Amino acid sequence: MFTIFKRELKSYFTQPTAYAIIVIFLLFSMALAFTFGKFIAVGDASLEWSFLFWHPWIYMLLAPAVGMRLWADEQRYGTIELLGTFPISTWKVIIGKYLAGASVWLIALLLTFPIVLTVNYLGSPDNGSILSGYIGSFLVCCTFLAITMLVSAFTRDQVVCLIVSVSICVLMVMGGYDDVTLQLAKIVSPSVLEGITALGVWSHFSSLSRGLFRFQDLVWFTSLISVSLLGTSAILSAKRA
Amino acid sequence: MIEVVNLTKQFGIKRAVDNLSFTVKKGEVLGFLGPNGAGKSTTMRMVTGFIPPTAGEAKICGISIVESPAEAKKRIGYLPESAPLYNDMTVTSFLKFCAEVRGLKGISKKEAVERAIETCFLNSVAQQAIETLSKGYRHRTCLAQALLHDPEVLILDEPTDGLDPNQKYEVRQLIKRLGETKAILFSTHILEEVEAACTRAVIVDRGSIVADGTPAELLAQSGTGSLTDLFRAVTTRDTEAA
Repeated sequence: MFTIFKRELKSYFTQPTAYAIIVIFLLFSMALAFTFGKFIAVGDASLEWSFLFWHPWIYMLLAPAVGMRLWADEQRYGTIELLGTFPISTWKVIIGKYLAGASVWLIALLLTFPIVLTVNYLGSPDNGSILSGYIGSFLVCCTFLAITMLVSAFTRDQVVCLIVSVSICVLMVMGGYDDVTLQLAKIVSPSVLEGITALGVWSHFSSLSRGLFRFQDLVWFTSLISVSLLGTSAILSAKRA
Repeated sequence: MIEVVNLTKQFGIKRAVDNLSFTVKKGEVLGFLGPNGAGKSTTMRMVTGFIPPTAGEAKICGISIVESPAEAKKRIGYLPESAPLYNDMTVTSFLKFCAEVRGLKGISKKEAVERAIETCFLNSVAQQAIETLSKGYRHRTCLAQALLHDPEVLILDEPTDGLDPNQKYEVRQLIKRLGETKAILFSTHILEEVEAACTRAVIVDRGSIVADGTPAELLAQSGTGSLTDLFRAVTTRDTEAA
């Protein structure tokens, strides 16, 4: 499994994909924090609303760009036949590839450290809640990545995978968002609204970004990730049978 | 050794492989002949564990590929028809990756990779990126990965496809040499390869075996001493089968 992880990670960094995404992520997250996030203007020594808030919006578009090649490439170039005949279980290959994609994003997130240093220099923030916010952000990203992986197992075409994954992630981000919920409340019944909100990332992400670590949030993220990865395994087996 | 018993594969209404049974013992090289679409690659994919059979069984050195796939796969070296490779790697890094996946580490990994590069004549391209290689070298790199762990069984799907006459000769000689200590199953369209490298051959058509024997027996069976004639006699042509 570690071998697969190493190979996939190296492959990300020998192609322009990972670099491009990391740079774009850094540019957007910082730009948004200082413009729309009004980081300096508000003067609040917390990264919650100015910086971390924007992450799910960026992830819903960029995370699938990292995940889309995970299975689509293997199927298109035929290397899936090599992987399928190596003495390694499909599950280990899935986990190895998933961890490689997650690592690319971990690196991207870690490279945002300047803003943490800045907020500590300018004020005295609660670093615990910043850490928990970062964890929440990483979990949202990992969830989107897992969903992309599931979609990637369905198709050989990277573009189709990207479009479908982005659509799902957009729904998840819009779904729980306050403004959207308020509009929807006028149209749909309360129970449907609750259902849509439950699938949205906001309730779980915002509590984490405030520094509140709830067990149910962890359960939500890990269940979605596990279901997506298990689904990937099922799709790949079904495709061959 | 390879034991295939009543192997069947159904894709929807199409029966690609129909109750196929054959054995390949250690020291035997079995040639798998047949028209396109006869079910050769599908059979190989089932024997190597890539796709599950609809019915039947395949055993590698006595281990069932369906029940204990990981154990059985350790004993197989497989060259798929498309000779797939990771284009963003170099020949050496790709072979090192394959060796690691197969559980080779440290010195044994290094030696296995060097040996495979030597055997497949990849010395001149060892550090080159795979996407820059010619077809012949790509094929040989994929063949090299099948040999890394010195498996008891080799399953090669059209190993000389697209190679030039010199390369074809080298690969056939290699198969013949390896066949002395391993059980080899390889598929081909090139009938002269049967006489050049096989100890036995089987002709498959529409999922079933239609001829089986040593090269000499098959030549005798043809009546004209030509394998081509026998092939044309026992298999259906695209123009007829519709």
